[in-house]
Amino acid sequence: MEKQLFTVTVFSENQVGLLNQISIIYTRRGINIESLTVSPSSVEGVHKFTITSWSTRDLMEKVVQQIEKRIDVLRAFLYTDDELVYQEVALYKVPTVKILDETNLEDIIRAHNARILEITREYTVLEKTGHNDETEALFEVLKKYDIRQFVRSGRIAVTKSTQEYFTQFLEDETRRRALGML
Amino acid sequence: MKEKITGAEALIKSLLAEGVDLVYGYPGGAIIPVYDKLYDYQDQLKHILVRHEQGATHAAQGYARVTGRTGVVMVTSGPAATNVITGISDAMLDSTPLVVITGQVASHTLGTDAFQETDVVGITQPITKWAYQIRRAEDVAWAVARAFYIASNGRPGPVVLDFTKDAQTALVDWQHKPCRYIRSYIPKPELDKDKIQQLADMINAAERPMIISGHGVMIANAEDELKAVAEKGDIPVTSTLLGLSTMRSDHPLYKGMLGMHGNIGPNVNTNRCDLLVAIGMRFDDRVTGDTCSYAKQAKIAHIDIDKAEFGKNIPVDLAVHADAKEALKALLPLIEHRDHSRWNASFDEFNAVERERVIEAEVFPKEGGMRMGEVVNKVSQAAGEGAILVTDVGLNQMLSSRYFNYTAPKSIITSGGLGTMGFGLPAAIGAKMGAPDRTVCFFTGDGGLQMTIQELGTILEYGTAVKIILLNNNFLGNVRQWQKLFFNARYSATPMINPDFVAIADAYGIRGENVETRDQLQGAIDRMLAHDGPYLLNVNIDVDDMVFPMTPAGAPVDTIMLNPDERFSLPENPA
Repeated sequence: MEKQLFTVTVFSENQVGLLNQISIIYTRRGINIESLTVSPSSVEGVHKFTITSWSTRDLMEKVVQQIEKRIDVLRAFLYTDDELVYQEVALYKVPTVKILDETNLEDIIRAHNARILEITREYTVLEKTGHNDETEALFEVLKKYDIRQFVRSGRIAVTKSTQEYFTQFLEDETRRRALGML
Repeated sequence: MKEKITGAEALIKSLLAEGVDLVYGYPGGAIIPVYDKLYDYQDQLKHILVRHEQGATHAAQGYARVTGRTGVVMVTSGPAATNVITGISDAMLDSTPLVVITGQVASHTLGTDAFQETDVVGITQPITKWAYQIRRAEDVAWAVARAFYIASNGRPGPVVLDFTKDAQTALVDWQHKPCRYIRSYIPKPELDKDKIQQLADMINAAERPMIISGHGVMIANAEDELKAVAEKGDIPVTSTLLGLSTMRSDHPLYKGMLGMHGNIGPNVNTNRCDLLVAIGMRFDDRVTGDTCSYAKQAKIAHIDIDKAEFGKNIPVDLAVHADAKEALKALLPLIEHRDHSRWNASFDEFNAVERERVIEAEVFPKEGGMRMGEVVNKVSQAAGEGAILVTDVGLNQMLSSRYFNYTAPKSIITSGGLGTMGFGLPAAIGAKMGAPDRTVCFFTGDGGLQMTIQELGTILEYGTAVKIILLNNNFLGNVRQWQKLFFNARYSATPMINPDFVAIADAYGIRGENVETRDQLQGAIDRMLAHDGPYLLNVNIDVDDMVFPMTPAGAPVDTIMLNPDERFSLPENPA
């Protein structure tokens, strides 16, 4: 089966060691984590992981099941790119002297929708948000100016569906509590 | 104001509140405060001092599996914590409820490579349902309650509580509050009636249905429901290794064990049935063999409480996410009375070939050295109704599980998933303590026995009346079998020079005898069973004894060796 890029989103309790529990599930299956973003979600006390990896659907469905099996994981979901609006941010640090003489700089910044965050005598830091191929494209252009540092964030994403599937979990949870399971 | 107590005492009070009366353990530096408090509670909380921490976990497993209650283990940090890893991993694979408490260095020294510090939570996270470090005495009540809830609910499994020494000595206002709900963990799914109806429709429409009964049936105490469904639908029942004893061996609808060394009927008919109803099992590779050719002709319905098992190894047509007992109970009124006698007879037909070609020579040999099968059969017959089989791992395991006669539920304690040599002796101790009124027959090999032989000391100390039957071929027999069949009989590192096992037993105050020849066997078995206490029989087994039938690893499930040279072939026009 052809490998493709999958995004797994995980909603969990904010417990020590959860990242380890999730990452070892990838390790056991020999799947490289391509990018990882962890932050508090819109729901208080709930953390959200966004993990991308190249794999097959069959394998990723099992991975998601096994992630969800962990006690402190609330829900986990599997997506492909067409189901998501997603974004990354990249930072590029180039020697200022190299770009000072560049007559083309404005064009580059406009064309790539980049921003300049800081200019000093030694270096200039540019920022670009976009998909992986877009941040990569700017990287290629800036290469000739001798990039000193380059860093790309993990992916953040929202679903294209009208409602986040996780809200369904929260509604079910409220119902379970009301049923007196507490 | 209520007087505060230490974290150590809080732990003991929490254990008592959870109904614990027996703990397997071994003291050490980082758990001394708890052992000190235990001294005051000896009349309520019995502590079994094992001889190695690994033994504590296996004993707790044996106890948990005969009683259905959570086994409790208590050890110190560092090497003690790493010694329990094998048992924890075993309990995870075989869905056994354990709460393992490990001492830990004081919290201010965590991460500094302090004496006897090891990252227990980090090590055990991949092999536990939950692993948690208690760093504050205030967390004891919550963590212990949560640990028991998690270990024993849903698909059971091991939980580790890593308890720092400063939290053991700190003072706290302790109050027990049982855990009844964790929002991120729903142990028992709501029964989906539509799914049950679909399953009933599949069963009613099937001409050649077959049930696989797994460990989940035993864990759910669903033996009666299984029997009722099988009898009403006239459906043959087969079992996994851990599902043995979910139906009596002599029930006419019970058709035998599946898997690498299972019976021919179940294995062959896996690839001939039109409906496979798998209950509380996980399609382990030792059951399925080659997954690409596994039951391709059949619809597969899978009942399990762990939804991560659906489609993990084998794609299924219907997944019923449910407790086995609830599902079978709901299913019973929906299925119709059927007569599948012709289909059922096909199992007997294939099993008859096995009986003639394999079992006769193994269980009823007239000449030659003694065979494991005949010893197991004789012991099982003599032990009678209600006996429990405990096995080690290897030939002793396969042959005893094949030839033991199961007459009561929860009658097999064996290391299925992890295949842990050395599991048996401590597990037998735990089984006997959990079921003191039942005869515990522990079959082992000369290899496995020596992996945890120090637990004879535990038997000595507590007088645990385990019947130890050592099937001794002076070889690592299962590896030898593979070497003989697949590695040109090059016996690399499998012959063993062994000690005088009866003398060792004697040194531990355990009565024992050597059984050199067949004519000594029955008398020795009778003396062993009549003796009020532990006993060891060292039985001299023919070195060439092997376990058959055999589906070679990764081969289709119906590719079955009857002996090293012959394969089973379907008779013409089978039923």
